[in-house]
Amino acid sequence: MANKTVLEGVRDALHNEMARDSRVFIMGEDVGPRGNVFLITKGFLEEFGRDRVVDTPLAEASIVGIAVGAAMVGMRPVAEIQFADFIYPAYNQIVGEAAKIRYRSAGGNSCPLVIRTPYGGGVRGALSHSVSVEALFYHVPGLKVCVPSTPADAQGMLTSAIRDDDPVLFLEHKRTYRLIKGEVPDGDFTVPIGKADVARPGKDLSVITYGLMRHFAVEAAETLAKEGVEAEVIDLRSIRPMDRSAILESVRKTRRALIVHEDQKFGGIGAEVSAIIAEEAFFDLDAPIRRVCGPDVPAMGYAKEYEEAFMPNPDKIAAAMRDLVAI
Amino acid sequence: MSSPRAAREESLASASNDRLMKSEPKVRVSLPEGLSADTLREMYYRMVLTRLCDDRAFALNRQGKIPFAATCQGHEAAQVAAAYALKRGTDWVVPYYRDTALALAYGVTPREQLMCLFARKDDIFSSGRQFPNHYSVPDRKIASISSIIAAHVTHGVGMALAFKMRKEPVVTLITFGEGSTSEGEWHEAMNFAGIHNVPVVFLCENNEFAISVPQKLQMAVPNVADRAAAYGFPGVICDGTDVVATYSVVHEAVERARKGEGPTLVEAKVYRAMSHTSDDNQLTYRTPEDIEALKGRDPIPRFAGWLKDRGLMDDEMIAQMKKKAQAEVDDATDWAEAQPPPTEADLYTHVYASGPLS
Repeated sequence: MANKTVLEGVRDALHNEMARDSRVFIMGEDVGPRGNVFLITKGFLEEFGRDRVVDTPLAEASIVGIAVGAAMVGMRPVAEIQFADFIYPAYNQIVGEAAKIRYRSAGGNSCPLVIRTPYGGGVRGALSHSVSVEALFYHVPGLKVCVPSTPADAQGMLTSAIRDDDPVLFLEHKRTYRLIKGEVPDGDFTVPIGKADVARPGKDLSVITYGLMRHFAVEAAETLAKEGVEAEVIDLRSIRPMDRSAILESVRKTRRALIVHEDQKFGGIGAEVSAIIAEEAFFDLDAPIRRVCGPDVPAMGYAKEYEEAFMPNPDKIAAAMRDLVAI
Repeated sequence: MSSPRAAREESLASASNDRLMKSEPKVRVSLPEGLSADTLREMYYRMVLTRLCDDRAFALNRQGKIPFAATCQGHEAAQVAAAYALKRGTDWVVPYYRDTALALAYGVTPREQLMCLFARKDDIFSSGRQFPNHYSVPDRKIASISSIIAAHVTHGVGMALAFKMRKEPVVTLITFGEGSTSEGEWHEAMNFAGIHNVPVVFLCENNEFAISVPQKLQMAVPNVADRAAAYGFPGVICDGTDVVATYSVVHEAVERARKGEGPTLVEAKVYRAMSHTSDDNQLTYRTPEDIEALKGRDPIPRFAGWLKDRGLMDDEMIAQMKKKAQAEVDDATDWAEAQPPPTEADLYTHVYASGPLS
């Protein structure tokens, strides 16, 4: 085991897969001599050469579209969108093309592609460097969407994503890059896509979350433990496919469900999780489902006050947990 | 008799001595590089076969047997020429939705074509999922496409990038209409191809209309080929109703790409004989006189005349070819119509390689 940051987990997965498999290459803005704006690919150009570390023009649709084409003829591209906020020009390539290639060719073509992008707030990123985009993509059949939050999950799931035969959108919460450290297994390992993780076991309520909020929810749960309430925190880790059985198993045990995400509330991941619980575990509930989410405004602003008001935090989550167990 | 020119002249002589040839050739010239008399006749046959397939598609639509049809009438010469300029089985084609002749000249069979028109379960392109003419035949190097305009152009560039990385001598031909060149993704694809000098040929089949919008409302320059200058590679214009002229231009572009000399943008000036699709009515934006005038540009009689002038075909052979092609299309129609449709269970296959749907 080694102690790493999330950023180092991402870097090691990329590095190890490029070293292991000559079909893997990376392309994106500033991935070359600059080593990516967060320095994730620092040193890759020297080690793997210009053919496999492709600095692209500033053109997101073609970053994904060109990667799609390479994937269709047997490569394993990892396309980087510098910030999730810049992904919209590539929406058609991800949703209209990559996600449908296997289906539209009845299995004749496939698109084993990874699109990596940093997302999320808490870094004073203002309107265009803070967004959460997962709800815009997890609706899409044919696409997989990963939202890891620990160094081990980031490394193990990115390795799985690169080896996956279908397109994977890999969302890395940028606040976790250097904030979150943890133990990571040595050597070659993978974390499966589609399996949730019990971040903290408990019996009194279930907190279903992902991304940076996993860590805030665990912190809130530790606070509540001092008050005699044991919360179970479920980290979804991937939101398509979504681990229904992990959600239902936890909720049937605790009989109370709180869903926490940073992305806006309306139509967010929490809406789907709520529907799964309501459809399949309604009679197991002792209280209504509750959500702590970002507000339904376009984005978090640059001012500290805007960002703090937008982002859920351990205090807000703890307050919602107290309310839910009081019902 | 060892030089290529001599060999071509010998081939021409043997063709004109063919027992089917009863008239003396009017023109004695060498054949285009890489095209034998047999190949030229085969190209003509593919054009006729395409025309009959396309006619059948519209007829089936009007009979209420298929919901939708789109034809390439007016584009046949450019498409067949492009297909024969490539190395079949090696080079990739990334077509667009109006490329029936390109497909039928690059290995797609009439039965396969009719299966997609009828949206049958065993349609090899998409199992009845996509609109007709959205080919996907990876084993014959034809890429899967959607109907989204210009979205496939970046794919073709990505494929070419992969072949360059792997040092494989493979050329990728990407086709599109002139309307596609207004899309941002088209520009992005061209720009990247120029920067990375990838082995690709861009073939614009300029038929002057994007559904109803004429070229002058699509761009402020007279030629799509003019745009190549902005990407650092050549743009070449050819008469896309002339098989031999188009072949020469595309073949040169293909060989340039294969030698590592980079992309070429070829603009084949063609015309669209029919409405955009069976759901369009071109009389809402073109006059009957305009449409009638297009008939003088039909590439099929033009190529027939070219072949006859050189003693490579005669009227009897032309009639026999049409009869043979009609029989192929009739057989394909009857066969495909009798094949089973997809079932409800087929809706759920090929979403992911494995695992749950959501």
